[in-house]
Amino acid sequence: MIKQRPRSRRSSFGEPLMQGLLWSSVLLITGAFMWLCSDIVRHGFRQLSWDFLTQLPRDTGRSGGIGPILVSTGLIIGVCLGVSIPLGVGTAVFLNEFSAPQRWLSQFLGISLDILAGVPSIVFGLFGNAFFCKTLGLGFSILSGGLTLACMVLPILIRSTQAGLQSVPNDYRLSAAALGVSRSAVLWQVLLPAAMPGLVVGLLLGIGRAIAETAALLFTSGYVDRMPTSLMDSGRALSVHIYDLAVNVAGGEQNAYGTALVLVLLLMMINGSVSWLGKRFQQTRILDV
Amino acid sequence: MTTLLKRSILSRSYGDRFVAALFQGFAIASGAIVLLIILFLLRESYPILHRVGVLRFFRDPSWHPTSGEFGAMPMLWGSLLVTLGSVLIATPLGILSAIFCQYYAPPRLAPLYRRLIELLAGIPSVVYGLWGLVVLVPLVRRIQPPGTSLLTGIWVLALMILPTIMLVADASLANVPAAYLRGAAALGLSRWAIVRGVAIPTAQAGLMTGILLAIGRAIGETMAVLMVCGNVVQVPDSLFDPVRTLTANIALEMAYAMNEHRSALFVSGLILTGLIAILVTIGEWVNRGQMYD
Repeated sequence: MIKQRPRSRRSSFGEPLMQGLLWSSVLLITGAFMWLCSDIVRHGFRQLSWDFLTQLPRDTGRSGGIGPILVSTGLIIGVCLGVSIPLGVGTAVFLNEFSAPQRWLSQFLGISLDILAGVPSIVFGLFGNAFFCKTLGLGFSILSGGLTLACMVLPILIRSTQAGLQSVPNDYRLSAAALGVSRSAVLWQVLLPAAMPGLVVGLLLGIGRAIAETAALLFTSGYVDRMPTSLMDSGRALSVHIYDLAVNVAGGEQNAYGTALVLVLLLMMINGSVSWLGKRFQQTRILDV
Repeated sequence: MTTLLKRSILSRSYGDRFVAALFQGFAIASGAIVLLIILFLLRESYPILHRVGVLRFFRDPSWHPTSGEFGAMPMLWGSLLVTLGSVLIATPLGILSAIFCQYYAPPRLAPLYRRLIELLAGIPSVVYGLWGLVVLVPLVRRIQPPGTSLLTGIWVLALMILPTIMLVADASLANVPAAYLRGAAALGLSRWAIVRGVAIPTAQAGLMTGILLAIGRAIGETMAVLMVCGNVVQVPDSLFDPVRTLTANIALEMAYAMNEHRSALFVSGLILTGLIAILVTIGEWVNRGQMYD
């Protein structure tokens, strides 16, 4: 209301100065943004075609498409979600529904999730290389990359699922208990469906983080740009492809821009659905069961 | 309280106990990841820490890990300078943007501008790196070669962390109670006086949190910095000198590092994690101060 435009008649010397400063910084940022976006769209759009999306990269990526890279990216994300969804949802349910916040396990989990969320991605890469590739003997593979990313997106997934569960009114739990419904039935029939929007938002945010990630994949899932035949093959993710084309391949910029445009479009779709779902989530709050 | 209710009232059948145990297992597995990360960083860096000690990483004159020189100071300086520069640029711009959105923007423009910043936040770092390499580096090269430099790194990184500062500051300014602002307006203060005297002090802790998050992101950032900074191991003399950050060093050398060299890279991973831990602690402290206000 008033917050938006507190009016006053007395305008001092500072006021026009600040107005100028504010508008110029906003114009500066918008300008930089337009510059960045127009470059990506302009250079990337030229590359974009059905062939580009489906064909094999040729001449170390200078020409040809990104077919195998899209497949590898999909597989890495699939492994990542396959592991992180059960772990994340299970942990969130445990924290919210089965454990008291005072318990040491809950407190420890809270702290460790905060740390996990702050660890730089390159450190996840080091860990993934030492643990998944070397100690577990998975080598440079899609599996190692996906598992490393699963560790990275876990905090996001847990926090959003928790937020979803917290928004389910306690009446639901009490009514179910009064009816003599078992806790697991309440969980499957009432709590999880009601917490679904939060879960989906977390899921999309997690996919967004995973798909944008490069540093953690450099030495876990590797560089190989062939079509992967199994999860134990090394596979190159979209982001790694962009890096490789830009830095190691002379004349690879055009295809790097094309891949970047594909990546940014994917992310924009994901972010768009997050904000759309988030808004719906806030409006409905809970599911009409 | 609510959990207590849930615990004592709801029934505990056989199946329930199984489900509870299963979820507890998941939770323990999630908690174990952090321990595993710390354990493996320590285990992999133990050989070198045991043999030469951590002090050599700060004292040795140069970085030649294959011939027993482990001076990581130039890289630490690289990380700190790039971070410092980008935070110095992004902080005023981010906070001014948030103030603009909350108090100055025409009502239709504010959500649009916020949306734009959100889009900026969603662009992956490797795309910033690509753009920096193809567009900014040649520009800087025209002023002074080689182009890949501290300046380009600061430039790209500032763009990357600006959304973090702006969005957190925006959220915390939105939480300033409307009554404070109305009261200040009723006293006849100008808009800027209200912002400076009421809104900013009230939202202080939130603004600090945003800046700390941005610092953490800048220190931990790898790809963009790796692509535009030039990666020469040196303490830069000017903004146009190339630098190598701790993160870029890991990404560059991990591919071929063996034995002690590999171990030394894990030590730089530990140093990075230590820096982040310090930031998280400061963040906790800032937010605690808020609670007692």
